[in-house]
Amino acid sequence: MDHANDDRKARMSLLAKAAPGGVSTLLDAALNAAGRPDFDWLRVPEIGSVMVRGRAGGTGAPFNLGEMTVTRCALTLEGGAVGHAYIQGRRKEDATAAALVDALMQTDAADMLRDKVLDPLRAETEARRSTRAEKAAATKVEFFTLVRGED
Amino acid sequence: MYVAVKGGERAIEAAHEWLAEERRGHPAVPELSIAQIREQMSLAVNRVMAEGSLYDPDLAALAIKQARGDLIEAIFLIRAYRTTLPRFGASTPVDTGAMACDRRISATFKDLPGGQVLGPTFDYTHRLLDFRLAADGEAPAAPRREASPAPVPRVSEFLNREGLIEAAVPDDTAPPDLTREPLELPAARALRLQALARADEGFTLGLAYSTQRGYARNHAFVGELRIGTVPVEMEIPELGFAVEIGEITLTECETVNQFTGSKSEPPQFTRGYGLVFGQTERKAISMALVDRALRWEELGEDNVGAPAQDAEFVLYHADNIQATGFLEHIKLPHYVDFQSELELVRKLRRNVEASQQQEAAE
Repeated sequence: MDHANDDRKARMSLLAKAAPGGVSTLLDAALNAAGRPDFDWLRVPEIGSVMVRGRAGGTGAPFNLGEMTVTRCALTLEGGAVGHAYIQGRRKEDATAAALVDALMQTDAADMLRDKVLDPLRAETEARRSTRAEKAAATKVEFFTLVRGED
Repeated sequence: MYVAVKGGERAIEAAHEWLAEERRGHPAVPELSIAQIREQMSLAVNRVMAEGSLYDPDLAALAIKQARGDLIEAIFLIRAYRTTLPRFGASTPVDTGAMACDRRISATFKDLPGGQVLGPTFDYTHRLLDFRLAADGEAPAAPRREASPAPVPRVSEFLNREGLIEAAVPDDTAPPDLTREPLELPAARALRLQALARADEGFTLGLAYSTQRGYARNHAFVGELRIGTVPVEMEIPELGFAVEIGEITLTECETVNQFTGSKSEPPQFTRGYGLVFGQTERKAISMALVDRALRWEELGEDNVGAPAQDAEFVLYHADNIQATGFLEHIKLPHYVDFQSELELVRKLRRNVEASQQQEAAE
């Protein structure tokens, strides 16, 4: 996978895991008075499911664990950039915002959006994760051995 | 048999309206929101997602509200909704080894890399009713401690290094899917695991308990239990590479069970596996025990005739929606069936009476 794909994979993964409404809020604040650009749908937002798979024993043969809800859409900007979104849940507005960010990241707006949308989202995701990790760490057992009578 | 019967529409409509009123409860009591159920009844939400076989906390909370807290009815609603969704594809298998763990314990090793992390557990609570919860209280805050980002290796990996436990060898065969093709026997382990992951918690618990009490005992230890989040990644056909499409909470249980060995293979521990949506610890442990019991044939054990070893018995009775559908249908009108039974029993009685009279006459 080339570098551009690595970047795209990272940003789509980040956009999919953002809190509900999070991408829209950041995107609209970033675009400010200019507002959202015009676009055409390649695929209107659609709600469906994805079968989540696990592996027997954690590492063995795959099995179907159960489905999750997913919303997807695709759009194209006037300049031709195509944006895709696949995000967890039933969230057409959020999928639209995610696809717009994906498309705009292929335009001159990329640096501005990296600063004002992707970096804050990454910080939020990281903060959420580290808060939970810290709570878990506080419940880590510290074993100690009681001193016994004989030497 | 069924025969279409007219009538009763007005009664049915009134029953549904009364149901809606009863669901709401006393109007002076504030109505529950979906968000309240999702946040504060989260283990019920997790069970509905696991057995409904659809990960969506808001939908599960809605189903619980609609079902008035009847979780099997809520699971039924989720299963029905699921069938209306187009399937976009399947994820790449989740990597539970890289889970961000809220909880991770081992009953087999005290000191292990990554440590024993208790997480938000009911264990070690006194199981006394806490009347402070009945009063309006302040939101409690959990203590925190600096976390080390070190990996949390699987317990089975340590045992594996010495060859003391059977390996779970990676393999990329596309698994069968019981939501697409009907469950048929013999069922491969992948199909059994799918069925168990969505099986009724109570039924799975009862079977698992039966193995502990001696019906196909396999001496299970909880080698490892972990609860936490994993990203879900899917190959996107339009892009030609995989992206993460979300993050889900899972509970995973690996049991370490008694040995098998043969003339050519030295004895080694065997394994049972449980993986369930959400924080669903009792179900995941039960699943691992039942998975292990069902593996008797591939591990060269004897079939002792225990219920938990009988794949047909387990897999055909574990689904609470199939079970409740068949069970509850007998309360629906069977007037014609019953009429024919009535006719039959009357005829049998007439025959008996006739033969008795004949005997008396002889």
